[in-house]
Formats: sequence, C-alpha cells, structure tokens
Amino acid sequence: MLLKDEVGMLQRVPLFSGIESAKLKLLAFTSDRVSYSAGQILFRQGDEGDAAYVILSGKADILVDSDSGPIKVAELLPNSIVGEIAILCNSSRTATVRAASPVEALRIRKDHFLRLMREFPEMTIEMVRVLADRLSHTTADLIDARSANQ
Amino acid sequence: MEPSLARYIWTHTKKQQLWILVIVLLSMIPYFMSFDLPKLIVNGPIQGKGFDQPGATQPFMRLHYNLPLIGEVQFFPGFQLDRMTTLFALSLVFLLLVIINGLFKFYINTYKGRLGERMLRRIRFELVDRVLRFPPRYFKRVKSAEVATMVKDEVEPLGGFIGDAFLQPVLLGGQAVTAMLFIVVQNFWLGMIAAVIVLIQIVLIPRMRRRLIVLGRKRQLTARALSGRVGEIVDGIGAVHVHDTSNYERADIADRLGLIFRIRFDLYQWKFMVKFLNNFLAQITPFLFYLVGGYLVIQGRLDVGQLVAVIGAYKDLPGPMKELIDWDQDRQDVQVKYQQVVEQFTVEGLITPRIGALASDDPGPMTNPLSAIGLSMADDGGAMLLDRVSLQVKPGETVALVSTSTGGAEALAEAFARLNWPESGRVASGADDLLELPEAVTGRRMSYASSDVFLFQASLRDNLLYGLKHAPLTSVTYDGAAADQHRWNVHEARRSGNPDLDIHSDWIDYAAAGATGPHDLFDAVRQVLDAVLLSREILDLGLRSSADLTRHTELAGRIVELRAALRTRLEHEGLNGLVVPFEPGAYNKEATIGQNLLFGAAAGSELADKALAANPYFASVLRQAGLDRTLYEMGMNIAEQAIELFADLPPDHQFFQQLAFMSAEEIPAYETLLQRLKNRPYETVSENDRAMIVTLSFAYIEPRHRFGLLGDELMTKIVAARNRFYEGLPPELQNAVERYDPAKYIAAATVMDNVLFGRLGSNHPDAPDRIRSIVYDIFDELGLYAELLDVGLDFNVGAGGRRLTAGQRQKLDVARALLKRPDFLILNRPLSALDQRVQDKVLQNVLEEARRDGRSPAIVCVVTNPAMAMIFDRVIVFDSGRLVEDGSHETLLAGSGIFKELVS
Repeated sequence: MLLKDEVGMLQRVPLFSGIESAKLKLLAFTSDRVSYSAGQILFRQGDEGDAAYVILSGKADILVDSDSGPIKVAELLPNSIVGEIAILCNSSRTATVRAASPVEALRIRKDHFLRLMREFPEMTIEMVRVLADRLSHTTADLIDARSANQ
Repeated sequence: MEPSLARYIWTHTKKQQLWILVIVLLSMIPYFMSFDLPKLIVNGPIQGKGFDQPGATQPFMRLHYNLPLIGEVQFFPGFQLDRMTTLFALSLVFLLLVIINGLFKFYINTYKGRLGERMLRRIRFELVDRVLRFPPRYFKRVKSAEVATMVKDEVEPLGGFIGDAFLQPVLLGGQAVTAMLFIVVQNFWLGMIAAVIVLIQIVLIPRMRRRLIVLGRKRQLTARALSGRVGEIVDGIGAVHVHDTSNYERADIADRLGLIFRIRFDLYQWKFMVKFLNNFLAQITPFLFYLVGGYLVIQGRLDVGQLVAVIGAYKDLPGPMKELIDWDQDRQDVQVKYQQVVEQFTVEGLITPRIGALASDDPGPMTNPLSAIGLSMADDGGAMLLDRVSLQVKPGETVALVSTSTGGAEALAEAFARLNWPESGRVASGADDLLELPEAVTGRRMSYASSDVFLFQASLRDNLLYGLKHAPLTSVTYDGAAADQHRWNVHEARRSGNPDLDIHSDWIDYAAAGATGPHDLFDAVRQVLDAVLLSREILDLGLRSSADLTRHTELAGRIVELRAALRTRLEHEGLNGLVVPFEPGAYNKEATIGQNLLFGAAAGSELADKALAANPYFASVLRQAGLDRTLYEMGMNIAEQAIELFADLPPDHQFFQQLAFMSAEEIPAYETLLQRLKNRPYETVSENDRAMIVTLSFAYIEPRHRFGLLGDELMTKIVAARNRFYEGLPPELQNAVERYDPAKYIAAATVMDNVLFGRLGSNHPDAPDRIRSIVYDIFDELGLYAELLDVGLDFNVGAGGRRLTAGQRQKLDVARALLKRPDFLILNRPLSALDQRVQDKVLQNVLEEARRDGRSPAIVCVVTNPAMAMIFDRVIVFDSGRLVEDGSHETLLAGSGIFKELVS
C-alpha cells in the first residue's frame, strides 16, 4: 500500500476525516508502517501509551484482563483507530490489542501526533469536534442505558 | 628548585660548557688569522710590496720562531713563490680559513643546540615531576591550563638560551675583543674611537632595556592567565551556556587580549627604539673612520692598506657587539621567566621522591589494621570537616560510613585514600603513618573509588587497566633500527636526567588482578564489569562500533558462523521477516537504492554518501545500465513530494529526522533547483544538477517511504548495474569500497551490521530490541562474548571520560578499584549518579565480587543512603565532624541514636 492510499484510508477514519489531505500525507509519511502476524500483540493493557494505530488491513481484537483471563470486548476493522485516548491523555493502555489475522497498521507516534496538533490548529479543531461528537453520543447512550434500567 | 638560572645551568652542564669553551677558543685561531690575511693580500701581491723586482719571490709558509736563549729557530724554510702564485696561495689560504671557520661554527651551533634541548627536556621533566609530587591542597588553587602553559611555553625560550648561556659571551666577547684589538693594533687612535662608542653602547643599551624586562614579565603573567581562562571556558562550557554568560566571557577575553596587546605593543615600541639607537651608534663609528682615517691618509700619516684593514675589521665588530647586547637581554629575559616558573613550582610540603619511587616487586599484602588517630581534617577555608576522630578498621571488616549532611565521612574516606592530608592527628596502617608508606604499597594494596571520577582520554580498556600500571614488568627486546632507536632513547633520557622507563613495556600487573597474563586477564575484567553492571553497556558499544581487525581476528574469522547462527535462530523462532539479508544477486528491499547499487561499505570519501552520485565512474555505470534517466526522474519525484510535505515546516522541526533524502537546510536549494529543472528535457540538465537530483533517489526505501517508485523491473536493473559496477571497477577505486560478501567481514561497518549482514525490516517496530538480544545470545553461544566485550572496550571515553554518562564513569571507577583486588577498598559515595535501586544492586555485587574466591578485603564505604548500611558488618555514624555511633547494623537500629533517625 502506498502513501497516497494510506492518506485515503486515514480520510476514512472519522477522527481525521475533516483534515486536509496534505496534512494527512505528512502524518502518514512520518508514521511507521508496521505489520503483525495473527496472534501478535500491538500493545498490552497497562503499558505506557506511546503511539496510536490505524488499522489498514486485517482484523484485531481488543481484550481486557479479567480474573478469568482476557475477555474480548471489541473487534477492530480496517479504517479504525485504536490507542488514541492513551496518547491524548497520557494514561496507560486500558486494553490489550491483539492481531486476529495478519494486520497492516500505521503506527502514529505520540510526539508526532501532538506536534501536528500543536502546529496545525485547524486540524486540532477538527479532532476536538469529532471527540465532542463522540462524547455527546456516549452521553446520549448513557442516558438511554440509565432510562432503560429504571 | 635552584632559583638562579645561571647556577642551574652550570650545575648540570659544566663539563659540556667547558668543552665547548675550549672549542670556541680553538676556533679563535683561524678566526684571527682570517683578519690578517686581507691586509697581506692587498699589501703584498696586489700592491707589490716585496715583489719590487720582476721575478722576485717571497717565502710562503715559513715557520720560524724567536726562542729565548736559543735565538731564531727555523722549522720550515717555506716555499719561494713569485707575486702571482703568492696571490693564488694567499687567496686559497683565505678560502681554507673560511671553510675552517664555517665548520667550527657548525660544530659549535649543533653542540649547543643539543645542550639546550637536553636542558629544556630536563627542566620540563623536573617541572612535571614536581607536579606529580605536589601536595593535594595545591591542586585546589591552580588552573591546569596555567600549569600546562608554564611547562610547555614559558620554559621554551630557556632551551634556546642554555646553549648560549656561557658560550655566547665567550664567543662573541672573544670576537669583539679580537676585532677591537686588531683595530687598535692597526691604529691606536682609530681603535680608541671605536672603544668609546662601544662603551656607550654597553652602558646605555642595557639600561634602556630594563623596561623591556618589566614588560616581558607582565606579558608572561597575562598570557598565562589567558590560557588559564581559556582552559576554564572549555571545562565550564556547560555553565556558560546554562547561564547565558557567553558574552560575559567574550568581554573578559577581549579585555585580557586588550591588555596583552597593550603590553606587547609597548614592548615593540621600546624594542625598536632601542634597536634604532643601537644601529645609530654602530653606524657612527665608520662615519668617524672615514672622516678621521681619510684625513690621516690624505695627510700621509696612515697607509691605505691600514685604513682598509681597520674598516674591514670594524665590519666584524658591530655584529658581535649587537649579539652580545642581545644575549644580555635574553639572559635577563630568560632569568625572569625561569624565576617566575620556579616560584610557581616551589611548594612547601612536596611529597618526597621516596614515596613515589618505582617498585617492581610485589609489596605484599597490608595485614595491619587501618586506623585514624585523633584525626582532624579541614577544608581549604579552614572549616573543620572531621574533629579528632579515632577509629580502627580491621582487615577483612566491611564498614559502612553513614553521615549526616555535615558529617564528614567523605573527609575520612579521602584521608584514607591520601587525597587530603590531616590537619592534625594521623592515619596509620599498623604503626606506620599512612603518608609515610610508599605509594607502591598504598596504591596497590588499597583502592579508592568515588563519585568524582577522572578518566583519561583513552579507550575504556586503558582506563580500566590504569590501576594496574605501576611499573614496567617486561623488558622489551628491540632489534635492528628499533634497537638503535631504543639505545638512543635511553642514552638521551639519561643525559637529560629523565628516567629511562620503557613506556612500551607491559606495565599491567596481571598478578594483582588474579591473572597470569594477557590471555586470562579478560576473565577478571569480565567479573568486575559484570559486578558493576557495566558489561551490557559495553557490549552495546561493541555492537555499535567497528572492530579493529588487527586485534579482533577471531571476530572476523568467525563472521560466517555468526551470520549463519543468526539466520538459523531467526528461522527457528519464525522471525524471518525481521532481517532482510544482503544477497549478491538480489535486491534488498529494506536497504536504500544507493546501498543496493553500491552493495558495499564505502571505505573512503570517493564513494561515500553524497559523493557517490557525483563520482564519474559511478555515473557512467548508471548510464550504461540505462538507469541514469530513471533515477533522475525518481529523484525529481522525490524532491517534489518531499518539498510538498516539508516546505511549510520550520527547519528545526523533529519531522525532519524522518526525511532521509535531504536536510532541512537543503530544502530551499532543492526548491529552486526543482523550479529550474521542471519541464527541462533530461539532456539539457548539467552533470552537477543531475547528481544533485539522482542522489535523492539513493536514499529511497520503498517499504519505508511508500511513494510507489520502485518496481520489479527497476530492481532487476539495479542489481545488474551493481554487477557492472564491480566488473569494471577502476584500480583507483578498488580501495574505496568493500563489497558485501557473505563470507567476508566488512571492516568499515559496525559489528552489528556485520552480523546482521542485512537490514532490519522497517515494519517491525520492536525489531532493534529483539534482534539485539538475539545477537547477544548468539555471541554467547559461539563463545564470542569476550571478543565482543573486547571490541566495546576499545571505545574511546573522550576528554575526561565525557563520552560516557556520569553513571557509566562511576561504574568504571568502581570496576577499576575492584580489579586490583586490594586489601582495603575505600568507596566514597561511589555510585551517586545511579538510582537507588541500581546502587543497591551494584553495591551488593561489589561486596560479593570483592570477596569472591575466598578473598576478604576490608571494605569501607561512605553510603549515599543509610539503608544501604544493612549489608555491612559494622556501621559508623558521623555527625558534625564527630564519630557519634559505632556498632553493628542491628545494635544501632535497636538503639535510639542518629542512625535510627536517619534510617526512618
């Protein structure tokens, strides 16, 4: 997959969808292309968050540790981003991500990501918009869940 | 040191000075004879005196003397020569005298030059020898650069003077007196005129020069201070930048230079003033000769031959006179310099030579307890660090010294190490004062490591083994020219009062480290490096550096085995994608296009980096392979993309680290180049521009950069070009590149690159770490671990060890102290740069290592954290310079003293 295809993929990630393609190209160029075979770990729960990953191809599982071993809580498909919260909030990984099939991913390093945000405010605003949108959805879900429980 | 320079020179060189005096006096004979000859030639054959009759002859070389009582005795009647042959003969004698005088001068100059150099060598050695014997407190006040400049520059003029010290006045004085006498003999009154003028010169000039000496002294002191300041700036460069004081330093230096300039300019003015006066006086004399002498000739009271001879002789007077006056100036100047240096090097309490005397024999272990008896230590300002402390450390005991912030335990450790001397009381080993023991005992049987580490600018190995180099233990046999050279070295060293110890001998005391020779020393080294947790870091250094193949032959010899082991291992673990190996007939996708084309390590500048594309032969290969145009277009494409991506970023942006093609500074140049070349047909682009563009393509790696520029067809072409390149490689480039060969070690590449013999896959983010631990395993399995560690030990630690981290320096210092297996190991906050956890671990290891193989040295350690005292037999607590608690860890902890407070 070439740089320009990666840019296309990134554009399909909601977090990046409003960002102009020249900036995405720079983001892609400065990111590492990494590949994992099925079963390999992208990162582990509790690790320090040093990068976000955009899945380019393949599938990966999100696993959370529990007393009875890891539980799969979600599945990552191409065009999804994972690990972005940890690099934005300086927190450690809240889950483990494991490749379920051969996975090609774009590894966006934390310092590069933050640097881009600092330098291109229009990009940051776009991302804040997406995150706020996510938050309002989550809030709405929470309200729904609560009212369903009552 | 001898305060008078003249006496110093006389003491050490009187025999030589006397010998050369004799030679100088001998040289006076032909010198005087050559004065008389011109007159003989002019008066005799030229003017015809004694050849009045045609065919008249005169005796030549007649030897006859008037002896008392016997009367005239003729030894040799001489040859009878006519006027023309006499002219030839006398002229030939003149030529002969010229040659003899020249040879004398040559011999004398060489002799005194050697004399001067020997003395210079002696003085310099003596000065450094004194530095080695200065008491410790002296070094708190002196700037190293000032000492260096004294030893190197300030005594330098002494070398030139020493040969002349006694000779010059005799030689020049003799010449001047000879010339003077000759003038007087020719004509008394003309002689008197010259004498009066000379007298004026002798009295006046030195007087005027007194000011020069004062200025010279000032110049010396200011220049010394300048070099001290420059040294300080270099050492303290960090502080300068941290505090933004570079302009303060600039002002200070400019001010000093201004002062030096003023002094020097003053000096010049005076110098030339004196010179003018001197020349004037010298020229006055011939003026008087012409006037008075000419008058006398016209009056007929003087013959022309006499006047010519007087003027001829006078031409030889101002020279020696001027030089004599210069010599006097030099003498005063050099005497001042010498005194200034000697004053600086005359220090009270110099360590006696006996303490540092060379001892080749093993001094035997120190079996007596080490004790402090009423020991008080003070700092340079006079504040008490330790106040009448008495304690005893028995052999084999491990003691932790715990100290409050004003405790003074460090001062005790320094006193044990003889780094500071007691204010009162003493440190003793058994009944002997420690300061009276030779360093051959304390320096071998005791060792000391502290947080303040000094490393020499040499390899890690040299620094580690430094503590074992007490005496030359082998005598090296030299043969052929080397033997002559060695004999000469020894002879000259002795003549200059230098020791003739051979620096090329093996100084390493293997036995002290528990080894028998170079072959098994390494085990001991490895043990201590493991103990201080430094091995891994040195291995890393080894992997990252290129090995010296003359030393590490085994590594080079077994490289094939190593590479094969790595492949097998990777295959075994299913990690094949981690490394893409170099294969002679294949394109390596993880390597750059440039690397794929060259397929070797550039060993010179001809084919390295940016020079590759511009190399005419390389360019011709590309042309023949039909790649020139393709790579040019690829370069243009890369330039466009790179500029599009990066043009907006500030030049210091960290993203530029990702841009392998060009540096941030090159972007504007490439931007204009791109503007210029866009839409230009390839044929019209100049060679230089082509190289600029093509070179961009050389850094391209498809999987990493992902521009989609590299297809299978191009890869095949590149491999073909590679083969073509090597087939026609011209002889002048044979040594510029080392071709990758799976069976050969690449001397120009790092050890890691040699083992990998390929490139790490770029899509495995953890590849470097994984591969490194695999490589270590392989080195260990193949028994090459020691070899790799040895490569790492070649690492040059830089000035003062600054290429290592503070933690590494401290670890090295402890390793060095452990290596000589002391009876008393003194540690003074040895690992303070490391975090507490590592400190604990290393200290534990150090205790184990020191006691390995049944050894039981006493260990005295000033700990950085009271909790570390737990692993010691005994704990001694200091507060305000006093010993307040002393006992085992348990008893002190059970008590209610300071220690308990400190620990909690």
